[in-house]
Amino acid sequence: MQNEVMFAGFGGQGILLSAKILAHAAMEEGFEVVWIPSYGPEMRGGTAYCTVVVSDRPIGSPIIKNPGHLVAMNKPSLLKFAPVVKPGGVILINSSLVPDRSGRGDVNELSVPVTDIAKELGSVKAANIVALSAFVAKSKIVPWESIKRCIHDEFKEKTKFMELNMKATEEGRKAGEA
Amino acid sequence: MAKVLMKGNEAIGEAAIRAGCLNYFAYPITPQSEVAEYLSKRMPEAGGVFLQGESEVAVGYMIFGAAGAGARVFTTSSSPGVSLMSEAISYIAGAQCPAVFVNIIRGGPGLGGILPSQADYFQATKGGGHGDYRLLVMAPASVQEAVEMVMKAFPLAEKYRNPVMILGDGLIGQMMEPVEFPDGLRSEPTNKDDWATNGMDSRNSDKQNLVKSLFLDPKALNDNNLALKAKYDRMKIEEVRYEPYNLDSPYQALIVSYGTMSRVCRTVIDNLKSEGIEVAMIRPQTLFPFPEKAIHDAADVDGCKIVFSIEMSMGQMVEDVERCIKGKRPVEWYGKCGGDVPTPEEIMEIIKERL
Repeated sequence: MQNEVMFAGFGGQGILLSAKILAHAAMEEGFEVVWIPSYGPEMRGGTAYCTVVVSDRPIGSPIIKNPGHLVAMNKPSLLKFAPVVKPGGVILINSSLVPDRSGRGDVNELSVPVTDIAKELGSVKAANIVALSAFVAKSKIVPWESIKRCIHDEFKEKTKFMELNMKATEEGRKAGEA
Repeated sequence: MAKVLMKGNEAIGEAAIRAGCLNYFAYPITPQSEVAEYLSKRMPEAGGVFLQGESEVAVGYMIFGAAGAGARVFTTSSSPGVSLMSEAISYIAGAQCPAVFVNIIRGGPGLGGILPSQADYFQATKGGGHGDYRLLVMAPASVQEAVEMVMKAFPLAEKYRNPVMILGDGLIGQMMEPVEFPDGLRSEPTNKDDWATNGMDSRNSDKQNLVKSLFLDPKALNDNNLALKAKYDRMKIEEVRYEPYNLDSPYQALIVSYGTMSRVCRTVIDNLKSEGIEVAMIRPQTLFPFPEKAIHDAADVDGCKIVFSIEMSMGQMVEDVERCIKGKRPVEWYGKCGGDVPTPEEIMEIIKERL
């Protein structure tokens, strides 16, 4: 069994970090995992995307044309990647910035205003953690306790951001389970 | 030790420290820069030295100097940077000094692009610099294998008193995978008193050592080249490494592929198997010495109709594959070299067309 999640958005939205936390959780669960960034002449405000591949056997091609799931943090990401998501996958749309839908009838679509939720919690910077948590709660790609622990681990040396991000984790879960 | 999730570039830096190398000189270049970033912090913590050279030309000679003085030393770069170091690499090989070079290849020629490529195959295996020298070249296909190859590279460089090159590509450097650093691959630097210019005070000998690549006397130069050749011949006997895949099936085609490209080919082979088409692969882990016999023997079995060399270059390794097969089977190249990694789907199509 192999599963792939594409995280996509603007550079600066924490795409690479939320993907890394998911990869970490999958590794802790004993899966094979690869985290592949789009690396290029990227900058803040440019496009950033990152794929996490989770598998129960050694992972072959690390380049994924059709991901199982998509977390779209901005509109260009949704337009570009929604059509290539495999049927049955989860597409999470950041409805704070993206008024559109995926236009797919064969996927599990979830619109969450992750940017607004993060702002209400105190900082727009936590939007990626809201999105990650909502996505995991919905897709159950890794156990909930596992992602929560890995988010906690990520911020354990950045204590001033801990409370914000743990709140973001909880709000994301609620949105994902709604 | 538990597995940790690390980016290839960072894992390569950590592996060198774990292998007992505490001297690192480098110059930043995408997609390799994270090695320098990581080691600028980690080397001082580990009691080692990180020095950013003013250019890759300078870095090459810093490596030569440290290696000639008997220190374990390595550098990392990407394609254009390795071109600049190639003069020094030739000198280091000629003077028989051990050193480790890592090339996280990007697209070329010239400045090319910053995405993954395997277009430095010729540079790594056939020269790069001038003169009759060879590098022992290893090509990892995962972050874990990159770690293990870096850790093995130092004792190998010392065994042969020759530069070793790890040939990765942008993806190996940029992706994260779970890794562990095997304690069994830690090694102590060998005693270099016999030849290194490590100072008369530091060794119990009256013999003066001289590290040089200049031999004006024709016989002396020929003798030096014969000594180098003897080492390369020994590598061909003792250091060939490869991984067979699906070789025990009744395969109709054989793929030869290495590094990131070989992982895509593994997916191709798995997918074709589920469609009832058997294809096997030899994945060279050493590019020099090349697994000549393994490729020849795998291609020579009854039922194998064709051999594919699949690489992210415009057809470089294919020349070595043809050399191994000696005309017994048709050999075809497939690849791309702009930064897009060929997908399993397009390779499957090519193979099905030919079968």
